[in-house]
Amino acid sequence: MSRLDTESFGDIVEAARKARSALQGDVRDLVVTRIYEVAEGICRRTVRRPTQAPPAWDTRLDDIVTSRLLGYPLMLALLGVVFWITLVAANVPSKWLGAALFSCQDRLLILFTRAGAPAWLTGITVMGAYRALAWVVSVMLPPVVIFFPCFALLEDLGYLPRVAFNLDAFFRGAGAHGKQALTMCMGFGCNAAGVVSCRIIESPRERIIAVLTNNFVPCNGRFPTLVAMSSVFFGAGLQGAAALSLLATVLLGVAVTLAVSWVLSRTTLRGVPSFFVLELPPYRKPQVVRVIIRALLDRALFVLVRAASVAAPVGALTWVLANSTLRGASLLTRLAAALEPFGRVIGLDGHVMTAFLLGLPANEIVIPVLAMAYTGAGAMVDPGGLDALRQLVTAHGWTPLTGVCLTLFSLLHYPCATTLWTIWHETRSAKWTALGALLPLTVACAACFLASSLGKLLGIAG
Amino acid sequence: MSHASGRARYTVALAGNPNTGKTTVFNALTGLRQHTGNWPGKTVAVAEGVYVHEGVSYRVVDLPGTYSLLSTSPEEEAARDFICFGGADVTVVVTDATCLERNLNLVLQITEMTPKVVVCLNLVDEAERKHVFVDAKELSAELGVPVAPTVARTGQGIPELMDNVAAVASGHVVTRPLQVTYGREVEALVACIESSLREVVPKAAPWLSPRWVALRLIDGDPGLIRAIDAALDGQVPPDVNPRRVTRSVVAKGGIPA
Repeated sequence: MSRLDTESFGDIVEAARKARSALQGDVRDLVVTRIYEVAEGICRRTVRRPTQAPPAWDTRLDDIVTSRLLGYPLMLALLGVVFWITLVAANVPSKWLGAALFSCQDRLLILFTRAGAPAWLTGITVMGAYRALAWVVSVMLPPVVIFFPCFALLEDLGYLPRVAFNLDAFFRGAGAHGKQALTMCMGFGCNAAGVVSCRIIESPRERIIAVLTNNFVPCNGRFPTLVAMSSVFFGAGLQGAAALSLLATVLLGVAVTLAVSWVLSRTTLRGVPSFFVLELPPYRKPQVVRVIIRALLDRALFVLVRAASVAAPVGALTWVLANSTLRGASLLTRLAAALEPFGRVIGLDGHVMTAFLLGLPANEIVIPVLAMAYTGAGAMVDPGGLDALRQLVTAHGWTPLTGVCLTLFSLLHYPCATTLWTIWHETRSAKWTALGALLPLTVACAACFLASSLGKLLGIAG
Repeated sequence: MSHASGRARYTVALAGNPNTGKTTVFNALTGLRQHTGNWPGKTVAVAEGVYVHEGVSYRVVDLPGTYSLLSTSPEEEAARDFICFGGADVTVVVTDATCLERNLNLVLQITEMTPKVVVCLNLVDEAERKHVFVDAKELSAELGVPVAPTVARTGQGIPELMDNVAAVASGHVVTRPLQVTYGREVEALVACIESSLREVVPKAAPWLSPRWVALRLIDGDPGLIRAIDAALDGQVPPDVNPRRVTRSVVAKGGIPA
């Protein structure tokens, strides 16, 4: 297309650039300020608010929910209550599911034996794949399908933006974006989804901070692990205490998020937090039944799909590792032995490290793999629920300190493979993806080392 | 240069701040169902729909919700590019009557870009409940574009909104949008640059205001300059799809532009 009769666009652009440099002050600021002024003037002339009108109920509620004095206690109380409900309610279905699934396992074994299947096939399918699947479903599914509908209700109510409003000051203090509170809440569901939700943060610098630190809130896969640890070690049969320890764990995750954001925004990702408008959308009447059902189905489906697509194969692999011997010891034992010294340093052991290593595809399977590694090659242990888990780990010399270290490691270590892939997809940068894995791992190792050293000093664990 | 837009006669762009019920307006117009998010940024994908009003068909494009079109998030850029180069015959700006002032910033930015604007004053019921009354007639007179009060949730006011869109799209109603002025120094510059742009800009986009382009040039907006260049070369306007992953490259020790 020819550009005739006028000076070319490029010339005009150039002329404008020259003219700009001769101007006093910043044009952008002037434009923004003027538009605000005009908007304000128009509103003064067109909007009427009879002043004697009392504030609406939602304004009053917002004043309470976002008040300096009551905002935080309310948030903590709500979260604590949700955790408590989760712990109390998850116990029953967990036991029931465990019993049902493991009686199925016995039937499967009988079936395989009658059909004359070779031992290795029975091992891989029943002792490996099926058992891992059963573990994930019985231990992991109940807390998830109870916690997330509660969370979804709070979201539907419109409470989450208020949480962001409350936390904004913290994030700004950490040099991050206030909306990171929202991406953090998304991470509760799934860190991969949390990383994607970071798109709502406009500035690239703050978006990267949010992406890199999203991992510090426990996702679907790690939440049940933390629930298990809370119940096994800190609950001592008291749901309230377990709920409190869970709350403390999550708060620690938030604190680490802020701390790491602060460090990042003062080192590789230097800059000032950008200004943004956070809307407090109107409260909605939550569509209780619909939300609960949808959250239930979504979550249950999510866990089941992960169990079938990841836990079962890794379970099969674990069985193979446990049953393939190399010079008199199984591969799993050798792997655990290799990782043992490192594991010991951070208050854990080689088997736990192996479980986390094999858990890279999905965090849901850390506990099941650990159980399989501890019970060894095909030993018939009924790992039905938390009581069995308690017996199992105490038999392997676990102390509450080990529970603390495992909780810390699970909370802080590298995100799952899906999340890492998502980080790569969102940033298109190998550097940020590598940092997304190594930064949490470093933090996790440091925290566990500190905790175990401190514990040993205080003589909690001999 | 209108997009190939099926058989719809006119293209309507739907702009607005997040949480103004923009998606509800979109649904009320087109009858499409989709999940609405509860916070900014959840509706990132651009949805499209079609409606027929008095025998004329309209294609509606639901742009991402933005507070402004001046900064450079992918959403804002996508919304801006669509309004400028997407062949929109009318841009409907959905506003929240309960907090009009914040919404007017976007309205004023859009009326600066193009005269083909209709303001949809949504959530008037919510505003009434909060004892906030917006004089739509007065507002329309101030802005120089039609204002249609609606309660999109119940469909109230939607037919009137369609009437206004039809009138502006067909040219039966000629709007006279309010111009924000920026002080003597900048205005002198704008006038000078605008006069040389009068020929060029209509070639790139028929409804784009040369004054606005002049302002952006003085402001130095590289993204827009590239877009205008592309449009002048007869290239298809950039694909309005905020789903494209923007490469976020962080410059050493600084904030990326």
